[in-house]
Amino acid sequence: MIQTLAFYLFASMVIASAVMVIMARNPVHSVLWLILAFFNAAGLMVLVGAEFIAMLLVIVYVGAVAVLFLFVVMMLNIDFAEMRAGFINHVPLGLLVALILLVELIMGVGAWSAGGIAMGTPDGTAAQGIGQSNIEAVGALLYGKYVFLFEMAGIILLVAMIGAIVLTHRQRPEGARGHQDIGKQIRRRPEDATVLKNPDVGEGVEL
Amino acid sequence: MTGVTGIGVEHYIVVSAILFVLGVLGIFLNRKNVIVILMAIELILLAVNINLVAFSSFMGDLTGQIFAMLVLTVAAAEAAIGLAILMIYFRANGTIAVDDVNRMKG
Repeated sequence: MIQTLAFYLFASMVIASAVMVIMARNPVHSVLWLILAFFNAAGLMVLVGAEFIAMLLVIVYVGAVAVLFLFVVMMLNIDFAEMRAGFINHVPLGLLVALILLVELIMGVGAWSAGGIAMGTPDGTAAQGIGQSNIEAVGALLYGKYVFLFEMAGIILLVAMIGAIVLTHRQRPEGARGHQDIGKQIRRRPEDATVLKNPDVGEGVEL
Repeated sequence: MTGVTGIGVEHYIVVSAILFVLGVLGIFLNRKNVIVILMAIELILLAVNINLVAFSSFMGDLTGQIFAMLVLTVAAAEAAIGLAILMIYFRANGTIAVDDVNRMKG
């Protein structure tokens, strides 16, 4: 009973906050609604017993992606009211496409639940064992059967990090404040920069 | 494993379908504001994740959850790169109105 109630609470909150994400006038509000949507989606995932993905959703989406969005929204100095112009012109086409898509999805689900589509049955190699916690099972699978996918995910993140840095990094001109000469920094040796002194007690150090 | 009484995988599919459609609608409604478009893409990926996790849990196969994690990874990478591109576009043009970006005549 309480789970059913929780499901409907989380589901309705997810949908309501998704509506607010796309309808909010201010993008900062959109980001905050997006955070609420992610929290409620994490709640939905906890309900089906996928705690690890739920926590990952909170950490990665709320902790990293949403904060990144907030940073960018607040860094860019944009007249958002001007961006809203023409919003109403896109409503008919958008609603039409959304309606068609929704009908198609419902028809697909209907065909599936009517038994028209056969789904594969799991072979049991990736099943969660009896008495095994979700995170334990996911970890065993991630570092065992799917270890190469895991490494590939790491490479994707590395490429994204390098890409983001390369795109946004600005090299300052020579002589300007903040100019960096990487070669000069690397050539620097400890003996160029530091000196060891052994001063007498009560006397200062002369450099 | 299912834990929830009276809630089947169909309920989750419906939630995720509605979320997906809302994401697509968001792309159409906010054609000018690329930040909201990126957020709508995040909503679409969230809908996909809910679907994957629901099926994974109800069928007793954890592969779907691994897959959801990979989707999460790609979503994070995409957000980082997308926002970086947005930053340099804003630096060059002083605006992020993307509905009149036609420099490449695509």
